[in-house]
Amino acid sequence: MSFALDEDQLQFRASVRQFLTAYSAEQDVRRLMASDRGYDPDVWSLIARQLELQGLGIPEKFGGSGFSSVEVGIALEEMGRALLCAPYFSTAALAVPLLVHSGDDAACAEYLPEVAAGRLVVTVAIAEASGRWDADGVTTEARLGTGGGWRLSGEKSFVIDGHTADKILVTARTTEGIGVFVIDGGAEGVSRSALKTLDQTRRLARVTLSDSPGRLLASPADGWELAEHALRHGAACLAMESVGGAQRTLDMAVDYVRTREQFGRAIGSFQAIKHRCADLLVRVESARSAAYHSIRACAEEAEDFALVASLAKAYCTDVYFAAAVENIQLHGGIGFTWEHPAHLYFRRAKSSQLLLGDSSHHRDIVAYHSGI
Amino acid sequence: MGYGAEEASAVRKVITEAGVPGPPAGIGMMMAGPTILAHGSDEQKARYLPGIVSGEANWCQLFSEPQAGSDLAGLRTTAQRDTGKWRVNGQKLWTSNGHLANVGMLLARTDSTAPKHRGITWFICDMDQPGIEVRPLREMTGRSLFNEVFLTDAVVSDDEIVGELNDGWAVARTTLAAERSAMSGGSDLVGGVPGRKGGILEQAAGEVAERMRGPRRKSGTAMAMRGKNFTVLRDLAAERHRLEDPAIRYDLLDLLFQEKIIEYSRSRAQDGRARGQLSGSESSIGKLMSSEAARLARDLALEILSADGMLDGSDAPMEGVFQEMALFSPAVSIYGGSDEIQRNVLAERILNLPKDSRSGSA
Repeated sequence: MSFALDEDQLQFRASVRQFLTAYSAEQDVRRLMASDRGYDPDVWSLIARQLELQGLGIPEKFGGSGFSSVEVGIALEEMGRALLCAPYFSTAALAVPLLVHSGDDAACAEYLPEVAAGRLVVTVAIAEASGRWDADGVTTEARLGTGGGWRLSGEKSFVIDGHTADKILVTARTTEGIGVFVIDGGAEGVSRSALKTLDQTRRLARVTLSDSPGRLLASPADGWELAEHALRHGAACLAMESVGGAQRTLDMAVDYVRTREQFGRAIGSFQAIKHRCADLLVRVESARSAAYHSIRACAEEAEDFALVASLAKAYCTDVYFAAAVENIQLHGGIGFTWEHPAHLYFRRAKSSQLLLGDSSHHRDIVAYHSGI
Repeated sequence: MGYGAEEASAVRKVITEAGVPGPPAGIGMMMAGPTILAHGSDEQKARYLPGIVSGEANWCQLFSEPQAGSDLAGLRTTAQRDTGKWRVNGQKLWTSNGHLANVGMLLARTDSTAPKHRGITWFICDMDQPGIEVRPLREMTGRSLFNEVFLTDAVVSDDEIVGELNDGWAVARTTLAAERSAMSGGSDLVGGVPGRKGGILEQAAGEVAERMRGPRRKSGTAMAMRGKNFTVLRDLAAERHRLEDPAIRYDLLDLLFQEKIIEYSRSRAQDGRARGQLSGSESSIGKLMSSEAARLARDLALEILSADGMLDGSDAPMEGVFQEMALFSPAVSIYGGSDEIQRNVLAERILNLPKDSRSGSA
């Protein structure tokens, strides 16, 4: 089911790349990663107006363009390559699929057109301080208040873009099971703090809820199924994003060894260096096959999607980190400096390995689905 | 019929899934066919391709020599003009099916004064002639899959030259690319050995099918070559109560990942081929991934067997099929261009790293 891009997809990728070359160059990334907000709202709305990326995975009846997860994945591959600082992953890879999957048309009609227009950033909050992305990790509670509305209390953590998102989709326990609730970022009893992160290009936040009002999506027992759907979708998307980053580190390394001379010749002519580059190519291309397979499986809601998404997530983020480390090694001393962008990819790759469940978590999922 | 590679692959898939024998295709279909299609004259195509398609012809490859392995262009076998013919002298090695072949793809040096890549010619060589002696080689498995071939005044003719005289290296590159591609893992198709000598043409298709269906000892060699061993090894681990062992579980997952990703890469390459977007890296990558899959399966299988892994033959579980797989596994990363040569190919042709005269991917 893995595939090569068709003409339209190649063209789409080229236009995203062109945009990101202009708006997410290294100096932009460095400026934004040092800012409090962590992204540029003007660029965010330009992405919506000019490329309409926020609406890609949103059905037309909710104001989107009704493309599939494949196109979202292609956009993410480019964003990973450029280390774009923007709340795209949280919104398009996690929140949109969760909302669409919820079948809650009223909520979709209210939020999704705003998302597509670039006016609403939505994230998903599943993990808590324990750092678990499974149902047992959910301890936040939701109960019906005296006025009939839901009230949530608890503490979510590792919430991507949680310090700035307009809406947060929160998993919480009810008496009937786990539900997903929409929380307004500025609602009463919501306190959010940006966490200091290894990867400064992707922000994580702690979100504390004290009797905060929430809107239930679908029914109170559907929540974990929705969260799982979002997590699988996010896993496939993270695989795509990681392939973009891994390819970029490979390109950087190869460009460098072709021109860097030592002992009177380009170091890329030494077999010891060549073979490391070739091995990297093998791994990056293999990761691309896995990522493309998983994003297609995601779009087609394939039966084995749970296995495929976890396999791709674990494999691609592992390859990305290996490539980021190898890139530094092949650069030698210069690759170890703050000024060189290599460490930005090292940081992104390592945190991607650990985001949404680490490789060992996802390998367990694969094992479960393959009779081990 | 003029169908393309995509249709062919779809047909192979259906045949494989149905569990019926495929056409006896072998090395002719894998390597000689694509080479003659790309470089042969119309006359050669008319003369040799039908035999490959029908399974009448069984081809072997006369490329490697004792002194020319990875550095294939350093080959020493010579072909010298002799009144309208060429006389061939030298020794070839690693010729699979040599004893059953009626025709060979021969690389011989036709100009010893030219630089090594420029003086080689690609010949079609009749194997049924007095100047050719085929001796089975015994491999580390104890079996004989390959042969040595001694050429002593063997005769080839001008109309058996594929491509131009002294331009055989360019032709050989097509053959080697086809070989890499086939070795990058592929079809599970079981079609038997083509040609008259193997005897398959005398058997009714029903008999062949019956034999395939019957209780057949699994071949450890095929397991190492084909690289689809996850299910077998998972079941072996379950049967031997080793699934609780975290190290075994970890290694099983590594093997599953490797085999799944080889499968995904193959389908991406197929799709890319249909869209005319191949980068050229696919076969080398596939071959390197297959080498790794063979190593993983080998180590895992014997780890699962534990002490029983020290036994062989009738004293070993499943009559030593896993031992055979383990013993064959080193071949996978050597034949069809060693892992190191594949890395040179990727580095120089795909990543455009500077050529090193000593690395020899020319």
